[in-house]
Amino acid sequence: MDNVNPLIDVRDVWMSFAGKDPGQPVHVLEHVSFDVRAGEFVCIVGPSGCGKSTMLNILGGFLKETRGTVRVEGAPVAGPDPGRIFVFQENGVFPWLTVEENIGFGLLQRPHAERAERVQHYLQLVGLSGFGRSYPRELSGGMRQRVEIARALAAEARVLYMDEPFGALDFLTRLKMRSDLVRIWQAEHKTVLFVTHDIEEAVQLADRVLVMSRRPATVQAEVVIDLPRPRDLDSPGYLERRDRIFSLMGMDAHGGGELR
Amino acid sequence: MNRPASLFRATGKQRREILLPLLVGMLLLTGWHAAVRMSGSDIFPTPLEVLHGLVELAQRGLLLKYIVASLFRVSWGFSLAVVIGVPLGLVLGWFRPAFAALNPFIQILRPISPIAWIPVAILWFGVKDTAPIFLIFLASVFPIAVSSMSAVQNMQQVYLRAAQNFGLRGLPLFRRVILPAALPQIITGIRIALGVAWLVVVAAEMIAVNSGLGYLIIDARNAGKRYDLVVAGMVMIGFIGLILDLLVRRLEKFDEVRWGYGQR
Repeated sequence: MDNVNPLIDVRDVWMSFAGKDPGQPVHVLEHVSFDVRAGEFVCIVGPSGCGKSTMLNILGGFLKETRGTVRVEGAPVAGPDPGRIFVFQENGVFPWLTVEENIGFGLLQRPHAERAERVQHYLQLVGLSGFGRSYPRELSGGMRQRVEIARALAAEARVLYMDEPFGALDFLTRLKMRSDLVRIWQAEHKTVLFVTHDIEEAVQLADRVLVMSRRPATVQAEVVIDLPRPRDLDSPGYLERRDRIFSLMGMDAHGGGELR
Repeated sequence: MNRPASLFRATGKQRREILLPLLVGMLLLTGWHAAVRMSGSDIFPTPLEVLHGLVELAQRGLLLKYIVASLFRVSWGFSLAVVIGVPLGLVLGWFRPAFAALNPFIQILRPISPIAWIPVAILWFGVKDTAPIFLIFLASVFPIAVSSMSAVQNMQQVYLRAAQNFGLRGLPLFRRVILPAALPQIITGIRIALGVAWLVVVAAEMIAVNSGLGYLIIDARNAGKRYDLVVAGMVMIGFIGLILDLLVRRLEKFDEVRWGYGQR
């Protein structure tokens, strides 16, 4: 059933931008096709600057594809939608609001009691109990990303578009954020489309990894990560899938050198 | 953060911030006094004579009267500039056609010194309070409008996108995101404008009216070369300017805008 009607359906999408030369547009995406089922956690990996963020911005309604069809929840994307919240790498938490006010940002139409209850619930879920009255400038980068995730969840987003949300964080914080994100995703049954250039991150998180090529980018392979969670990062299954993606991207996982 | 350590450092820093200016102030006053004595001038006052001048002004009831007169004009001109400049700047920053239509004229009017407007102000408003208020308004409305405008134009796109993602449009988008995102820079513009307003009130009072600290300076010079009163007026202008700036700076400490000023 789900395969017949995917939640996100991207068919033959092309995207070009006006380049420095007026006559020479920059082709970013070519022939991009993939789909995502409801409740699935899908990662898109690819070389830096390949256009994976562009694809996510098209899905989020912030950019319009040059050609092709992009359907989400059964309808063409017409613009940003409160049911599908974007989590930005550069952090879109509002610095003039407290953590609580940020998390409740999408809930202003709700009755006060319900809003307070939801805010408390998600504050706890992302591990920020006790920081509700703090301002974002008083938090670390990882905590600010937690606020942004909580804000999206509290507003009852059905889909999360995450654009390298942990890219600016340090290594240990990133590991913790990943395991917390998986825990939250399992508790909340959201559909997650997660863009990263970090292959290990993708294999730790996703049900499926879409590997994009260099620019102009297309989906060059799909790797299914059918491993139980929480994932053992030393298991042969994990390593085999990780190395397969490394070699798909033309890299040697052990030496880090380029094969071609 | 280590609280006791930072507190200790803070007190050491605070002590330095009070002691050093006091020391420099004493040196400057002593140098001033010595310079007047050595030059043998009987027109230019020593610091002590300026102090006597201030006391004389206070006893005649003029000091407070003139300060109130100057502050009254600044309050009106400056408030008008805020009430008109902030909305104008926000509109120009948000609506591109409005920007394209009006910005060239703002940029042409902006470099004209308020002093150059004095003859026009007298022609239009006569020798009343209205003329200096108009000049103060003119001087402060441009920094306020321009800073509000660029605050909107330069706001971080990620806030706008996040807001649109939550379905905000029109007035709610403006009230809940654009205005708060622009507020720190608007306040900076307001601070600059208040400084300019205070500069201009003094200049305006030298020509257009017969009260205020600017009038005091010109009047003391014309009526008997009372340079002790001239310098007394200058000193008062300096101190009141400082107090005004400190008052506006307090706006920057509010939690809603503190994020916009970096680490201090």
